[in-house]
Amino acid sequence: MSFDYLPYMRENHLPHMWCPGCGIGVVVKSVIRSFDELGWEQKDIAFVSGIGCTSRAPGYLNVNTLHTTHGRAISFATGIKMHRPDKHVVVISGDGDATAIGGNHLIHAARRNIDITVIVNNNNIYGMTGGQYSPTTPLGAKAATAPYGNLEPSFDLAKLLIGAGASYVARGHVGNGRQLAKFIKDGFAHNGFSFIEVVSNCHTQFGRRNKMADPMNMVKWISDRATPLKKFDEMSDSEQEKHFPVGVLHKDESRPEYTDTYSNLISSLQDKA
Amino acid sequence: MSDANESMRDVKFWPGNVVIAEAAAAAGCDFFAGYPITPSSEIAAHMAAILPKKGGHFIQMEDEIGAMGAVIGASLAGAKALTATSGPGLSLKLENLGFGYMVEAPCVIVNVMRGGPSTGLPTHPAQADVMQARWGTHGDHPTIALVPAFHHEMYTETIRAFNLAEQLRMPVLVLIDEVLGHLSDGMVPPKPGEFEIVNRPMWDGKPEDYQPYFDDKGDVPPFLPYFEGAQWHTTGLNHDETGFPTTNPELVTKQMHRLMRKVTGNRELIDSIDYYEADDAEIGIVSFGSTARAAMVAIKKAREKGIKVGMLRPLTIWPFPNKQVEEFSKKVKALIVPEFNLGQIVYEVERSVHSDMVIKRINKVGGVPINPNEILAGIEEVA
Repeated sequence: MSFDYLPYMRENHLPHMWCPGCGIGVVVKSVIRSFDELGWEQKDIAFVSGIGCTSRAPGYLNVNTLHTTHGRAISFATGIKMHRPDKHVVVISGDGDATAIGGNHLIHAARRNIDITVIVNNNNIYGMTGGQYSPTTPLGAKAATAPYGNLEPSFDLAKLLIGAGASYVARGHVGNGRQLAKFIKDGFAHNGFSFIEVVSNCHTQFGRRNKMADPMNMVKWISDRATPLKKFDEMSDSEQEKHFPVGVLHKDESRPEYTDTYSNLISSLQDKA
Repeated sequence: MSDANESMRDVKFWPGNVVIAEAAAAAGCDFFAGYPITPSSEIAAHMAAILPKKGGHFIQMEDEIGAMGAVIGASLAGAKALTATSGPGLSLKLENLGFGYMVEAPCVIVNVMRGGPSTGLPTHPAQADVMQARWGTHGDHPTIALVPAFHHEMYTETIRAFNLAEQLRMPVLVLIDEVLGHLSDGMVPPKPGEFEIVNRPMWDGKPEDYQPYFDDKGDVPPFLPYFEGAQWHTTGLNHDETGFPTTNPELVTKQMHRLMRKVTGNRELIDSIDYYEADDAEIGIVSFGSTARAAMVAIKKAREKGIKVGMLRPLTIWPFPNKQVEEFSKKVKALIVPEFNLGQIVYEVERSVHSDMVIKRINKVGGVPINPNEILAGIEEVA
């Protein structure tokens, strides 16, 4: 029997605004399946986003949804989680939103290890504004603002987040939805800051400028490079350059979660009173 | 004697920044997010100390922008939320402040004004963010800003800021300056029960019927925090009564006019003016905040010399009391507008009154507050 996504969706707001073949759909499906498998009640979930194509996702889901300003979703989510530590707070964001304009909030939420899950749909481009290069656009790739090829080196988001202190970091891709859903579910269940990078396709803005206008070609380009972590580690440097590792890249359950720490402070001060 | 001792024990000798933090807690504030900035930092430090004792939450965010975001997020989850900053920090907060107006999230923003522009004079006072407070965020928007001048007023106006924010479902600003923020003065804080606490109008129907911007009971739609079963959508895009984006010109126009009417239609609730020696005044002063205190001294000195001077002092600077200033101007032969900047609120005074009215500006920058004698000299000039 096939899984019924509709109870989680605001059906009257469909059809969605994404291009046919967009990778965001795979991410949204994985998010919904994870809500369902964990038995999270819709009224207990806050789904927060910033600005961009990916950030339109919350509007379609029947949970508490907050579509904020560009780059700032994690700060709003932090306010929600601090005030209601008993609830589930999830952020969905694009690579430009989360790692350029919102980069400061991203690293500091990871450092605090606050129990928020951040899912970044990394399609290597600013899609909504017309295909400008982002912090994850590959060196040399073409973009609206990089007509001669991107001159800037790109972020390795997973490494960035591990360095910043995230206690769960995984990378999946839109060519393997089942595996992606597992990472998202694990991230949701993890008590601490969890980060899931989704290597995704924007054939419209990235693909068309880089000889992959067909979505299936672009998903194949992603899938061919996706390599399980163990296998990736065994590769030579030159082989690694042509691939990216997928899997749970970091998990640390020993770090205290921030709202737990704050709740302990409240308890200890009230005991003294 | 024992009564006197008792009341002396009630006197608090607090810097203005601590007065504001204490008043916020008394108003029911249970969330603070901020970022260190002189001369407002004591507000954050005091909230960090008192909030967890009351079961509330304090967080020092990574930047001013994030602090404003966290405040709005907490508000949407049901918190009574506060942030405090100074001019450069308010500049950074402005985009999210506009988001707060758009989504109608109650919250309070304190701006302890310092010299500017840019880094300016971080440890010295100014009153130069009045227009930033009104017009800083982009697009058309309503604004409420309160400008207390005394320690007891910083207490009562902070409570009033929370009440207005809740009652009208919108961000409300409190503007003080470095002098008021750092000056310690004696005051007896009102006891709980001696002041009114207003909470946001709540939706009392079924959660599944909730529409976040449906306004059949006036211009302020009832609120239902997240996690109460309504699963409503919040966006900075123009939206209809259901909360979902719209570009329909009629719906956008309706929404925008309702946002403005929350302020224009509630002036009796929002306006607050103190008149000082105004009844028989032949010369009028319009001033606010700490500068108005210098003006009071100048008025006393002028009256000792036989010059009848009085003052209209707004406690609510936005919306500006244009009509009240117009009425005030009709009784006097000249108006004097002392303000600790190079001329901001004087533009509001000028457009409130007849064009041939004599208006004397008294302005200053440089970090040293306007002296009563400087105002007295202005009074004598127009007398």
